[in-house]
Amino acid sequence: MLDLTYEAPKVKTISGAKSDWELVIGMEIHAQIASNAKLFSGASTKFGAEPNNNVAFVDAAMPGMLPVINDFCVEQAVRTGLGLKAQINLTSAFDRKNYFYPDLPQGYQISQLYHPIVGEGEVLVEMGEGIARRVRIERIHIEQDAGKSIHDMDPAMSFVDLNRTGVALMEIVSRPDIRGPEEAAAYVGKLRQILRYLGTCDGNMQNGNLRADVNVSICQPGAYEKFIKTGDFSHLGTRCEIKNMNSMRFIQQAIDYEARRQIQIVESGGSVDQETRLYDPDKGETRSMRSKEEAHDYRYFPDPDLLPLVIEQSWVDDIAARLPELPDQKKARFIADFGLSDYDASVLTAEAENAAFFEAAAAGNDGKLAANWVINELFGRLKKDALDITQSPIKPEQIGQIVSLIKSDAISGKIAKDVFEIAYSTGRDPAEIVETEGLKQVTDTGAIEAAVDEIIAANPAQVEKAQANPKLAGWFVGQVMKATGGKANPKAVNDIIMTKLGL
Amino acid sequence: MTDLNKLTIAGARDALRKGDVTSAELTQSCLAAIDGAGALNAFVHNTPDVALDQAKAADARIKSGDAPAMCGIPIGVKDLFCTKGVASQAASKILEGFTPEYESTVTTQLFDAGAVMLGKLNMDEFAMGSSNETSVYGAAINPWRRAGDAAALTPGGSSGGSAAAVAADLCLAATGTDTGGSIRQPAAFTGITGIKPTYGRCSRWGIVAFASSLDQAGPMTKDVRDAAIMLQAMCGHDPKDSTSATLPVPDFEAALTGDIRGKTIGIPREYHMDGMPAEIEALWAEGRRMLQDAGAKIVDISLPHTKYALPTYYVIAPAEASSNLARYDGVRYGYRAALGKGDGITEMYEKTRAEGFGSEVQRRVMVGTYVLSAGFYDAYYNRARKVRSLIKRDFEQAFAQGVDAILTPTTPSAAFGLGEMVDADPVQMYLNDVFTVTVNLAGLPGVSLPAGKDSQGLPLGLQLIGQPWAEADLLNTAFALEQAAGFHDKPQKWW
Repeated sequence: MLDLTYEAPKVKTISGAKSDWELVIGMEIHAQIASNAKLFSGASTKFGAEPNNNVAFVDAAMPGMLPVINDFCVEQAVRTGLGLKAQINLTSAFDRKNYFYPDLPQGYQISQLYHPIVGEGEVLVEMGEGIARRVRIERIHIEQDAGKSIHDMDPAMSFVDLNRTGVALMEIVSRPDIRGPEEAAAYVGKLRQILRYLGTCDGNMQNGNLRADVNVSICQPGAYEKFIKTGDFSHLGTRCEIKNMNSMRFIQQAIDYEARRQIQIVESGGSVDQETRLYDPDKGETRSMRSKEEAHDYRYFPDPDLLPLVIEQSWVDDIAARLPELPDQKKARFIADFGLSDYDASVLTAEAENAAFFEAAAAGNDGKLAANWVINELFGRLKKDALDITQSPIKPEQIGQIVSLIKSDAISGKIAKDVFEIAYSTGRDPAEIVETEGLKQVTDTGAIEAAVDEIIAANPAQVEKAQANPKLAGWFVGQVMKATGGKANPKAVNDIIMTKLGL
Repeated sequence: MTDLNKLTIAGARDALRKGDVTSAELTQSCLAAIDGAGALNAFVHNTPDVALDQAKAADARIKSGDAPAMCGIPIGVKDLFCTKGVASQAASKILEGFTPEYESTVTTQLFDAGAVMLGKLNMDEFAMGSSNETSVYGAAINPWRRAGDAAALTPGGSSGGSAAAVAADLCLAATGTDTGGSIRQPAAFTGITGIKPTYGRCSRWGIVAFASSLDQAGPMTKDVRDAAIMLQAMCGHDPKDSTSATLPVPDFEAALTGDIRGKTIGIPREYHMDGMPAEIEALWAEGRRMLQDAGAKIVDISLPHTKYALPTYYVIAPAEASSNLARYDGVRYGYRAALGKGDGITEMYEKTRAEGFGSEVQRRVMVGTYVLSAGFYDAYYNRARKVRSLIKRDFEQAFAQGVDAILTPTTPSAAFGLGEMVDADPVQMYLNDVFTVTVNLAGLPGVSLPAGKDSQGLPLGLQLIGQPWAEADLLNTAFALEQAAGFHDKPQKWW
């Protein structure tokens, strides 16, 4: 496997009134596991169903109902763990987290506090060419999502939608290795990318399928290094948790606001209270949700309805063997095999579908040229039509044809754009378009010579001017191209004109 | 035939197969008995229409020659079982008006085998109690009375309605559930047989949960053979219950040879409790002698952690219950308190649960919440879990020494009077479970059968505890003891 080497990014500092401060950030990402059925019931997870339609007796916590684990969700969690190079725990167990809320029908959430299914792993978060933060993953556990309470439909009553109740989530807990708002957003982006590559979460943040709780604290420069060395949290500031963020932009804004809030408190002699906060994107500020004293006592204990979850190493190995190529590997391979720039490789590997499209287009072709065509022409055109790559009217093989037509001098880059447009809007094959429309570049020097001779003969005054000032020879090139309908090979035209004019 | 309701399952089965009787006749006989037994307060929801339909179907099935042992047998169902379209409220106000859209696995299996449901049976609220007095329906009454005394006695609990109904011949048999002794103690108090199988033998799906790691369903019957027949129909693997065992179910009735020669029976010395009535001691000694006479080898054994069983149980069971009962919140089904002006969700929870749960349930929810709370978890819940594994190990060691079954009294006393314990410390009531909770904590099968009477003429039970999954062997030992004890007494009808 190819590996690129990275340097750690510089730590962002924020200047307070009195001194500079650094940020320390850890994140808990709740990622909805991509599966057709819920974690412990057979109910559908389809988004957008009528309220309370995707609800089994288990989800509604009817008396006597029992949870039965959905093996596919377990497989997805294992696949995610493997994708994050993490330890897979062959024995894990489910615990109940007890609290009362109308959208939590059981009165407890089934989670994995004491024995999570996935242990330590890591995510490489690129912050520029050759620069990346290695964020350690502490654990991933499987748990149930809650339902949705709706308070604004009726002045006197609240409504509850249990469609989401019992949907499987993975909680991916990072170490406090993230050092700035940009890194935090990039971390979420990278995790999202990996999950989408793995097919274990669709990463749809708008629908709430990927949400983040962000722990933020501030410290003096040098303190974080002491923490890393000793593992002693007292070197760090008191952290606040910003709950339930589902936009990378808001995550960045909220962290920035929160850090400045904490700096102001500390610099004016106060101390930060450990608490849970919410970000209000309209006001651009975080506000207290509940203090440490108000924190729930969740009374976690092992769920007696479920036996410990025991999986076989051979099963894990089998999942590992079927793991797709992940973004880091793919990017490194694109750079090595196709000679792409770091930037182009990043763009093309952002989504697995883009990468696959590019690879099909570049097969047996000039990779760099194919990359240009995919990134500049195709992506631009798709964006204009608000289409994604899977909806592209032009097939990767057709882009490949254009690239090879250019490469073999059959068409010029300029003609290629016309061919692309026709192929994009009609679905016809570029090779066929070039043939049928007679767009093939003229490289027959005899034909070009004849055209040059004709133009020279008809324009003696221009010949004189060009011979006096060779820069004016370009006029002849333009005339020849015009006469040949743009199909003449521009380089051949230029060479012949220069020779004929004796330049 | 007359008094069809007095038949055993085995007797009725044979009569049905011979065509001497129909299920409809059996069912009518039981329905009449139920109608005449309102004073026992055993049945709390009667389902005569369901019963007669099922009986008709059963008769057709018997006629066609396709008749499993339970086919056409009228039974009662403890109110803890969810029965489709029939009120199922765990004897609690909080489940007032709740009618499930689903059928528990155990009752599904019984009905698939052709059993006929007469109705739902009284019990302690959420199966929490040993006297039936915590029921929202009021206590079921024991058909037995002390000689020359009309005072109402408890049928025991929590499966008190089941016990009373079987003892009074209102049904041929009944389902029960047992978390700490709730099948065995009422069986002992009413002179019937009840078995709690190994944890995982019967599916818990569709049974209102009390303490999930302890709850097991089992049959309550007129004799050991019936227990074998009915257990057969109730148990087996259920993919809907993750704790249900995937083991095959042996033919329990076929195991009833009565031959226990060469078996080793353990007598645990720690079960000799201070202050235990001499009659109980005597009965236990008698049981020991009877098993010895039947050819078993008797050995004294030690189960050293027995004394911790009751406190351990009363930490673990309430802990699980506090969580299991969180779902009764007034939001989706059952009782919801009337709310005052300005009341919000917190008030709805508080009022609903304060009004919907009885005091014993509230006590256990509070105890359970306490033992799981931050700062107390290790001292109580975690410690109890550790002691539980020591109690289990005690049994494993005894079995490893070659013990096939263990003989103990079922209860430390005969049935007591209703209301007698009302002012007592709740722990006094909990002492009823002293001989039975160990079996639940260890997940073992335990059977109680009547073996004699006390000086006031009340039945007394003996308990046999078996190895895990050895119900067939355990039932055979119980069968041998039953034959030796020859207890065939019935309560004098006063109702």
